Amino acid sequence: MLGKTAAGLYWMCRYLERIEFTTRLLDAAFRIALTNSNDAKSEWGSIILTTGNKASYLELYDEYESTRVINFLLREKSNPSSVLSVIETARNNARIVRTALTRESWEAINECWLELNSSLRRPITENALPQVLSGIRKQNALVRAALDGTMLRNDIYNFLRLGTFIERADSTARILDVKYYVLLPSLSQVGSSIDFVQWESILRSVSALRAYRWLHGNQISSKQIANFLILDERMSRSLTFCLQKINNNLFYLSQTYQREFSCRTLADTMFKRLQHVSIDKILLDGLHEYLITFLSNSEALNKEIETNFGFYG
Amino acid sequence: MGSVDNKHLNTEVFDEMQTAFGPRVPYEQFYEWFKSENHYQLRKKPKELDKFFRKTGITFNVYGESDGEERLIPFDFIPRIISELRWRKIETGLKQRANAINAFLSDIYGNQEIIRAGWIPEELISQNAAFLPEMIGVNPPGGIYTHISGTDLIRVNDEKFVVLEDNVRTPSGASYMIENRETMLHMFPELFTRIPVKSVSNYPEQLLQILIASAPASATATPVIGVLTPGVLNSAYFEHAFLADQMGAELIEGTDIKIIDKKIMMRTTQGYRAVDVIYRRIDDNFLDPLNFNPNSLIGIPGLFDVYRNGAITLANAPGTGIADDKAVYSFMPEIIKFYTGSTPILENVETWRCSEELSLKYVIDNIEELVIKEVHGSGGYGLLIGPTSSKKERAIFLRKLRANPSNYIAQPTLSLSTVPIMEKKGLAPRHVDLRPFVLMSPTEVKVTPGGLTRVALKKGSLVVNSSQGGGTKDTWVLEGV
Repeated sequence: MLGKTAAGLYWMCRYLERIEFTTRLLDAAFRIALTNSNDAKSEWGSIILTTGNKASYLELYDEYESTRVINFLLREKSNPSSVLSVIETARNNARIVRTALTRESWEAINECWLELNSSLRRPITENALPQVLSGIRKQNALVRAALDGTMLRNDIYNFLRLGTFIERADSTARILDVKYYVLLPSLSQVGSSIDFVQWESILRSVSALRAYRWLHGNQISSKQIANFLILDERMSRSLTFCLQKINNNLFYLSQTYQREFSCRTLADTMFKRLQHVSIDKILLDGLHEYLITFLSNSEALNKEIETNFGFYG
Repeated sequence: MGSVDNKHLNTEVFDEMQTAFGPRVPYEQFYEWFKSENHYQLRKKPKELDKFFRKTGITFNVYGESDGEERLIPFDFIPRIISELRWRKIETGLKQRANAINAFLSDIYGNQEIIRAGWIPEELISQNAAFLPEMIGVNPPGGIYTHISGTDLIRVNDEKFVVLEDNVRTPSGASYMIENRETMLHMFPELFTRIPVKSVSNYPEQLLQILIASAPASATATPVIGVLTPGVLNSAYFEHAFLADQMGAELIEGTDIKIIDKKIMMRTTQGYRAVDVIYRRIDDNFLDPLNFNPNSLIGIPGLFDVYRNGAITLANAPGTGIADDKAVYSFMPEIIKFYTGSTPILENVETWRCSEELSLKYVIDNIEELVIKEVHGSGGYGLLIGPTSSKKERAIFLRKLRANPSNYIAQPTLSLSTVPIMEKKGLAPRHVDLRPFVLMSPTEVKVTPGGLTRVALKKGSLVVNSSQGGGTKDTWVLEGV
């Protein structure tokens, strides 16, 4: 497979995952806005922070106002991480790797692009938001289903999966870090009083509210939530879960190519570290510090993958 | 009901489907079906078709349009139908022509026997911008220059198809030929169970076979094939990706390639791997910035040196443009005679070479009747259509013509045949041409039955180019009719 193709597959899935995350963040923020107007403004600000868009947002606007944030994240063309920009890039990547995709997968992505372009053509009002978001998620789900149902499980698939899980781990780490900053700036507060609305919004933004309740009922504690999102290997957006998937796919790649790769060593180290650490230890050493280290390791892993598989010339 | 509008059937123009007494033989079965269909439903089909094309991403980019907007090539679902009898002649004619052109290229870049023998003037080649001196003495693997050609034919009456243009550089359109058929199969499957239409779906497989058969001697038993594209922004990118996909070939860009140890290597996830055959969809000029246009950003520096050493096959070979040059075109009857020993099965359109004094005088005297073309123009640009031109346009063109006569040829205004398209009010005849695709390897020449029918969608228009509002049709060659 061409290095460029592997890069296209990897980034296509990263971008699709990014769309998923942005819509979930918006969904969670919207719910907070509905239930608690005091938190609303800071919530809109915090999702801009989570998506790493603070500077570019403040270039355009002075305040975090709901419809502005919504439209900035969904359809602002000058924002390279708006859903509209990201689906464009994802589809461009799909066109570049057209020869590595099944017809069904290509058409699903192409249709996703067509649909999003049409549903995001005009500014989105708060009233229309829930429907628009669920439409985007549905299109995204159709792409996932087409990939899952029609792609051969070979190196092509491994690169798709790598992109998905690198991006997902990144997203989970980011939302935790942003919320940690906003809500629990000092260690002394960790584990003490808890703002239910805020924690609920974290769980919602990783689609895990229901799953959390299955496991822990109504016992909502920040420690348990952090544990759930970082270490619970049953939770499909936890760091451990993502790292395990990344590890597996890198294992298959080294089997297929009959070579060892330095990225695999790095991923393996990251995974083992997650397996052998307790949530108490993470909180004691500092959640923020932990997440910052994780994010920088994740970026290093990304770079390593790019070089190991000849993504760029 | 068959709301056929016969009023504007011009008696001079050959309509391939209709006569005053009903449909012609090849169209009988189709017409039967057409009459029995619900026309209210049929009129909705174009919208469905648009959706279908958009969904599958069969689009082309238009340069200079805002936001890289993608457009569809309009598709009309009334097929263009050719009987097997007529097709057989086209097929043998195309094979004869392809063989002659390949032999011509081999000669022109070799001993130039045809010039020595006095069959064509020396300056036709030496003074021609399409002649690529770098190719002199280069031996393409297997002796093949024109692996793929797309010859433009027009039909002037029931029996006669004539060649309008030979396209032997990087002809495009094969993907539309295949996708048009796919679309028809999808929309009207019942037509294909009733009517014996020859399949076009094995074109990519045949293309792959001829590319493999043309691999250089240094290639392994399973040669690695790459389709070289300028990239995702190119107007024909869909076709490049489509053909690579269908052949299971790599879709490569200049940035994927490195020359290592005088070999063409592509960057893969497992390091650099050799490429043996490149089906290139980049013009000669941009192919190699070291040997040709130094400003090319899409080419592969040093590619031509590797080619000269015989370590890579380029399909088509560089320098083939000399064979589809419009000035050379006018000598095609001589060229065919010289290399095959027989007269052309498919005739040329009568052509006046303005470089010749007598012809120039004739052209100037009859400018209102003729189509005058720039020798190196393409895509319907740089031409004057005498009968529809204004006095002012003719005056401007005359000035250009007198200043540089050898840059022009002239042809009679042709009566291109028509085939109906589906309009809101029913069937309406529109002018068409035909581009069949000819594939050539060291051992065989193959022609896919049919080809791409291009249709001028505007009433009376003769311009079929997609860049100027032309559309396409599915082309059927009937089995045994």
